[in-house]
Amino acid sequence: MAITSVKNLKEFSTANDRFEGAHTLCPGCAHSMIVRELMNCTDDNLVVTTNTGCLEVSTAVYPFTSWDTSWMHIGFENAASAAGGAEAMYKARKKKGTLKDNDAPVKFVAFGGDGSTFDIGFQWLSGAFERGHDFTYICLDNENYANTGGQRSSATPIGATTSTAQAGTHSYGKKEKKKDIVAIMAAHGAPYVAQLAPNKWKSMAKGFQKALETEGPCFINTVSPCCTEWRFDPKDTISITDLATDTLMFPIYEIIDGHELNILYRPKNVLPVEEYLAAQGRYKHLFKPENKHVIEEIQKNINEYWEMLQRREEARV
Amino acid sequence: MQDLKLCAQDKRGIHELEAGKDLIGWDEVTQGSVLPSFEGDASNVAHLKQEERCYSDFNSYTATVASWRVKKPVFNIDVCIDCQNCWVWCPDTSIISRDKQMLGIDYDHCKGCEVCVEVCPTNPKSLLMFAEQEDLETALSQWPEKKKKEK
Repeated sequence: MAITSVKNLKEFSTANDRFEGAHTLCPGCAHSMIVRELMNCTDDNLVVTTNTGCLEVSTAVYPFTSWDTSWMHIGFENAASAAGGAEAMYKARKKKGTLKDNDAPVKFVAFGGDGSTFDIGFQWLSGAFERGHDFTYICLDNENYANTGGQRSSATPIGATTSTAQAGTHSYGKKEKKKDIVAIMAAHGAPYVAQLAPNKWKSMAKGFQKALETEGPCFINTVSPCCTEWRFDPKDTISITDLATDTLMFPIYEIIDGHELNILYRPKNVLPVEEYLAAQGRYKHLFKPENKHVIEEIQKNINEYWEMLQRREEARV
Repeated sequence: MQDLKLCAQDKRGIHELEAGKDLIGWDEVTQGSVLPSFEGDASNVAHLKQEERCYSDFNSYTATVASWRVKKPVFNIDVCIDCQNCWVWCPDTSIISRDKQMLGIDYDHCKGCEVCVEVCPTNPKSLLMFAEQEDLETALSQWPEKKKKEK
């Protein structure tokens, strides 16, 4: 596999962009930062499939396409099975020797938002992982159905207000916990599963390269702050991601072969979760006196999860 | 120095995104149609710079979203240290970087999100936001002085 050097940012910047501008994602959207980084970290031919979501509707506005690779969209749920099918056909034709260029390396990548990964496409994703296709699935986790107006998904964290779980006099927003998708995908026995964030560009690029190199199904959950639905200024996308990783709301870690857990980023100063919550409009109501218990619960959940990750890293099981 | 003519000028930003084109409507397209991103052979695209590629009219590289902007980032090459932070985090592929050097901003694709200004580490920043109608010389003449560290 021809990989781009990610030793430092200067060397990485010699990569040739294969994700073009003039897509219609919101200004400051983290989706395109993540997609660009994936396309820049390899020189190989890519076959990309995308679930319905912000990324799909914004990068393929007829008559334009922003993709300089083969790109396909079928339905809301089946990027994983589309990538799996294309990969199976590629393998079969390679065996028969009927490809145009039999030696050119091809990598298969599927993108999905959190709605199509955690909820709607989960059965297809799980099926493709069970069949063991050689592809990489990347979830762009912005914690709601941003494309249709910010409805709650099972990735929405507790306490956030969304258009279908609104905060008001009788509710503090979503009451259920977020699904732990990384653990679920690791439990499939996938060779490489990780949670990465765009502010730590090096660990993200290395994670992408590792996933593309690894044979078998790999899953990566990436944090993608959504300025529209999380309600912050577009320019703050990276600083919000910094807060997310430094408060351990989104710990950055990888799980190899379903058991070997490595924490990839340990913040020097772990910040209290209030700083992350206060920076976003969707958590504004939590700072009312009657909702203080929700913040305490979020902090408790984070501490417990971090403790669990550290113990698992030590135990190697 | 900003007018670099680096990115194939004849192809960049020739279409407004909403502009009507001599094409059949999106609802008349047959299922399974393919929009080619390039004219001719595209197998070597990963090894070509943007200005060397042969884009087709279907590629959004030929479209522009410049009308989305209210403010624009202006680049001051004298202060820049080529750290490439703006390149890696630009969501719109609008930072033109060649041979490890930051060269300028692609104003046809920039939406003015200000992320590049936020991540710029120099003192003073080498990218700053100015009003869209401000011309380059005026903007550069208003550049702030180096800030002293607060003790």
